[in-house]
Amino acid sequence: MEIKRIVKFEAERDPAFAHWISHTVGGERIRHCLQCGLCSGSCPLSLYMDYTPRRLMHLSREGFKEEVLGSYTIWLCTCCYACMVECPKNINITHLMYALKTRAIEEHFYPKHFAIPVLAREFSRMIHDSGRITESWLVMRVLLKTAFWRLFGFTRLGLRLFRTGRMRLATERIERREEIARLLEAVDQTKQEMAR
Amino acid sequence: MKYTYYPGCSLRGTGRAYEESLLAVFRALDIELEELDDWNCCGATTYMSYDELKSYALAARNLALAKKAEHDLMAPCAACYLVLNKTQHYVEDYPWIGQIVSNALVTIGLPDSIKVKVRHPLDILLNDVGLDAIKKRVTRPLNGLKVAPYYGCQIVRPYAVFDNQRNPTSMDRLLEACGAKPTYYPVKTNCCGGSQKGTLPEVGLDLIRHLLAEARRNGAEVISTVCPLCQFNLEVFQDQAAANSHKFGMPVLYFTQLLAVAFGLPLREAGFQRSFINIKPVLAEKEIAYV
Repeated sequence: MEIKRIVKFEAERDPAFAHWISHTVGGERIRHCLQCGLCSGSCPLSLYMDYTPRRLMHLSREGFKEEVLGSYTIWLCTCCYACMVECPKNINITHLMYALKTRAIEEHFYPKHFAIPVLAREFSRMIHDSGRITESWLVMRVLLKTAFWRLFGFTRLGLRLFRTGRMRLATERIERREEIARLLEAVDQTKQEMAR
Repeated sequence: MKYTYYPGCSLRGTGRAYEESLLAVFRALDIELEELDDWNCCGATTYMSYDELKSYALAARNLALAKKAEHDLMAPCAACYLVLNKTQHYVEDYPWIGQIVSNALVTIGLPDSIKVKVRHPLDILLNDVGLDAIKKRVTRPLNGLKVAPYYGCQIVRPYAVFDNQRNPTSMDRLLEACGAKPTYYPVKTNCCGGSQKGTLPEVGLDLIRHLLAEARRNGAEVISTVCPLCQFNLEVFQDQAAANSHKFGMPVLYFTQLLAVAFGLPLREAGFQRSFINIKPVLAEKEIAYV
């Protein structure tokens, strides 16, 4: 039997994290959270979470960074917006989940070979290069980098998808691909200028 | 009636049957669609968690291109529909985001106005075309076919533009107009798990199983969907979801495919050859004629 303390001490908090969450897009009203639990009740994924959305909101605004960024909750969120529709205080919970995911990816707060950050990276790379997503290649690229052995399990399914024309090897591309690169670069540039 | 059409990546891949049936139905109703010039991926939910601001810029490029075309923009995919709408909201609500996005648009020589109405085909069929016109076009009524109307998450949430967020009924009404009988389906706006079948398979499969089991429990003969990812999850992973219990054998169709049947359009034109689960036995049992 392992004995663990289940209550956190105040000194374990990270005030900078608490400040960040209440100043990030969507988090403006997080301090108004009543802890009513409508978010957790409406969340179809809360059954699988280590911290339900209600608890995650509370932990974030109090600055428990390690618990929040290290939780499965942020990866289990599918962004279905059920919580956001129900929240009586109009807290943009779904959007905060996005912000937390981005932060976790930036700070490498996820298990090794974890597929979701890899998917996010490959997805963005494909858009940068082609302007569109070709699902067949995206799946292959992600599997190769995370769990290549699962590719074999996909052969039957893959063949069926190719036979019915639902997957193709030809890549989808837009005409003016250079526009995408310039567009994305411009975002970084304005962001930097604003930071200054 | 004319609309700018934004297919989105999935409708060119796993969701081809959606595009085929949608175009066939719109042709049958004499609605003109013009594909958006050189459209790019909307970024979907995946890009949003990678870089929020860039995802707005990506969506905004499509909106700016559509603005030039001067018609409402139709986005049939749930993710595209949401991201395009969401971008307009955030650009409006946060002026600094608006600044970043318009700078980016100007850099590539586009106007920085992205004010164009984003519409879902459900909305267009119900509110612009109207149920009466649809009823008039029905040549092979669906004879009380029991359909579980599955909306998924991102069509009506979070911005209830044309339907109720908790209990949407637009698809129910369209299907009824075609002679089908929508079943009680309390999980109609639950999430299918999206890409989780790929990233966290045990969770994704569990959600899929639940949606299928609810459809069966409520007596549905087919499930009708409005999103390429919902359709893919519920159809392609059905056998995996059934595991050792008895198979579901539940055809999962796009609502536009059911409209196509009711309009008497050939099954091939509506992408039925791409289904994993054959619809013909169900149609035969219900004595619905098809070509």
